[in-house]
Amino acid sequence: MGDASVISGGFMSAITSSLRRRRFDSLVIGAGGGGLRAALQLARADATVAVVSKVFPTRSHTVAAQGGMNAALANVLPDNWHWHMYDTVKGSDYLGDQDAIEYMCRAASHLVVELEHIGVPFSRLDDGSIYQRPFGGQSQNFGGVQAARTCAAADRTGHAILHSLYQQNIRARTHFFDEYFALDFIKDDQGYILGALVLEIATGEPLLIEAKTTLLATGGVGQLFATNTNARINTGDGLAMSLRAGIPVQDMEFFQFHPTGIAGRGMLITEGARGEGGYLVNKDGERFMERYAPNAKDLASRDVVSRAIYMEVRDGRGCGPEGSYVHLKLDHLGSDVIKKRLPGIRETIKTFLGIDPINEVIPVYPTAHYTMGGIPTNRFGQVVMPIKKGAEEAVPGLYAAGECACVSVHGANRLGGNSLLDIVVFGRAAGNHIIEYLKEVRQHRPVDNESVEQAMARFLRWDARAQVEGQEETVDALRRSLQQVMEKYCGVFRDDTILTQGVEKVREIEARFQNVVLRDQSKCFNTARIEALELENLIDLGLATVISALARKESRGAHSRIDYPERDDLAWMKHSLYFKEEQRLEYKPVRTQPLTVDSFPPKKRVY
Amino acid sequence: MGYGVMRFSIYRYNPETDQAPYMQDYELETAPEMMLLDALEQLKVQDETLSFRRSCGEGVCGSDGVNINGRNGLACITALSSLTEPVEIRPMPGMPVIRDLIIDMAQFYHQYRSVKPYLIVHDPEPEVEFKQTPEERERLDGLYECILCGCCSMSCPSFWWNPDYFRGPAALLQAWRFLADSRDQATAERLEALDGTYRLFRCHTIMNCADVCPKGLNPTQAIGNIKKMMLTQLT
Repeated sequence: MGDASVISGGFMSAITSSLRRRRFDSLVIGAGGGGLRAALQLARADATVAVVSKVFPTRSHTVAAQGGMNAALANVLPDNWHWHMYDTVKGSDYLGDQDAIEYMCRAASHLVVELEHIGVPFSRLDDGSIYQRPFGGQSQNFGGVQAARTCAAADRTGHAILHSLYQQNIRARTHFFDEYFALDFIKDDQGYILGALVLEIATGEPLLIEAKTTLLATGGVGQLFATNTNARINTGDGLAMSLRAGIPVQDMEFFQFHPTGIAGRGMLITEGARGEGGYLVNKDGERFMERYAPNAKDLASRDVVSRAIYMEVRDGRGCGPEGSYVHLKLDHLGSDVIKKRLPGIRETIKTFLGIDPINEVIPVYPTAHYTMGGIPTNRFGQVVMPIKKGAEEAVPGLYAAGECACVSVHGANRLGGNSLLDIVVFGRAAGNHIIEYLKEVRQHRPVDNESVEQAMARFLRWDARAQVEGQEETVDALRRSLQQVMEKYCGVFRDDTILTQGVEKVREIEARFQNVVLRDQSKCFNTARIEALELENLIDLGLATVISALARKESRGAHSRIDYPERDDLAWMKHSLYFKEEQRLEYKPVRTQPLTVDSFPPKKRVY
Repeated sequence: MGYGVMRFSIYRYNPETDQAPYMQDYELETAPEMMLLDALEQLKVQDETLSFRRSCGEGVCGSDGVNINGRNGLACITALSSLTEPVEIRPMPGMPVIRDLIIDMAQFYHQYRSVKPYLIVHDPEPEVEFKQTPEERERLDGLYECILCGCCSMSCPSFWWNPDYFRGPAALLQAWRFLADSRDQATAERLEALDGTYRLFRCHTIMNCADVCPKGLNPTQAIGNIKKMMLTQLT
């Protein structure tokens, strides 16, 4: 989308040569749990590490995670990591990579304990050990009775973990670049990633951060959808940076709709509410999940519960004046349980609905929540893509972890409680691999000016766009259009007609983006400029999502095709890779071989 | 109130173009369920230059602390229906203004870092979690939930006067959060670091902090607890 030609070559080289520069061993982009866990690992290993974040670290979206983090501690009910692995593979609808899933589930207990040791205020059981609650998709003994695997700090687990990780990074003297927005990677002609061009939001000045390694931990892209549980900042910046650098994004058609967002508003009500004994009812007061998932009921996987709610509403059994949602019932739990285990959602419900869940039911509806897809990585956090030698070749110097990455441990559907686990496990794994990489690569490679100029051109182009002759578009209007298109044409249920229209409509939005003007041309803390840059990222990811969804002709996990209602393992048990160039797709096989145990072969998924 | 057209008066200042700050009037068609952040976002559609911080929109990230009709609070959980018109919105007082409603919180974060807001354990760690009884854990309730929005410190006269010496309510709440944690082993050094005329003892129990905290926390009480602990441990 460049019109760099407006800026002359001589002018540009003058700009790049006067750029402010900083140098670190390692650059981490994003200060949520994944970025901070990696940074902690690096800082403790005496690597110099810079963390760049567009918001102050504790404002990152990890802070909003509620219910908890899975680990088979067996503090409440019998458990082991192998059962957790089985549940995660099944939850992923067999699209998860089993080597990475084994690695994550094995590491979980150790890493929860480590978080506890650094200060996370987990809730406690009477014997003083960490409190665990049941969550969706959890079982004992490979599909048996319900497990209780989710370690919780009331319903503020993400807040507790993010703050503790930030605090330990203060202790480890990590360098923070707070309120800097990452624009583009710097790379050389050998394909090495050498850092990034970032924007200091307060001054509007660009800064070049040179680094031997760059880790993306920029989170998901929930802002693609009109109603979502996500923060305003979740615009997929790292994914879009990767796309622009020629790196594909994987499995973008799999977007999780959380069953219990507050209807019409989007605020998240944790799955822990059902873990503590809450359940869903339709307008007849029927506990309808019993029909859809006779065993797990309200604690079936999120994709299953979301589809059930959608169908109840579609078939006329929704609640409310327009029959447009269902009710989440907590009023039988008693005030003690709610005040002690679910204080955060009680506060949110009181604030936004003016009701108290101790006494009243809560209107809920499936709400866009989590990006299962992302930047393809291996279990060491290295970004991998087809270069010359197959689809798993590492991009030198580039790592990704957390929601922006696709390892893939979540496959087609993430289990509740596995995202906090994912960020900690793979943030740390990436940190460890970077430490090894830094031992091999002792020097900074020379920065390639052409790459810097390209990044600068994309950034400076906004200066020339105070006005466009003819049809002017605004960032806000275009973002709203995109979010509405995605919600309507790429929602819980999809088919060929809807998705084909969706692709067309997002392409129209992409075209209209050329006419967006930036009326505020000031430099100082220009949030309008940031929103424009974010919109550009969102559009690329909207395209990646609808195009990947149109191509996948089966139903698997969160991707439900009315025209292809069955899972098709023969044709489609494979990961999709979307490339920005030519908007094309490639595929790569699922890694079905775990590290040490037997593979879990695909079977029919019932709860 | 809070339904139909509402009037707003908003503090504006862009150092690139403005000699001095000024108040700008806006009008906006509102709906009953709207929060102040919704209004600010819609006003930004009218006027792209209006600048403020925001992220989660539900009171957990702490980005959008502003001064609303004279009182600090989070825009995203302040219902328009609770506000009298014209709604006067200013940056939180006491810190330098970067632009419009955005303040420079460096001093606030510096004070937070100064209290060593992290668990300190000197003994070797067990292979399992530290045991902590539910009662011991309950002592952290009302402390760990802080979101660092700054509403408390930015409404504290002692912090306004001595932001470089007085730690301020937010940082002191965190100091107490670790003093109160049964796992922490740095009690003596934490208390010693807070001794003296300013760091802790500039608190004059004015209680603005507890009054404005959007999370319902009580820094004044935490400060009182630190003082009590000092008396018993350092004497």
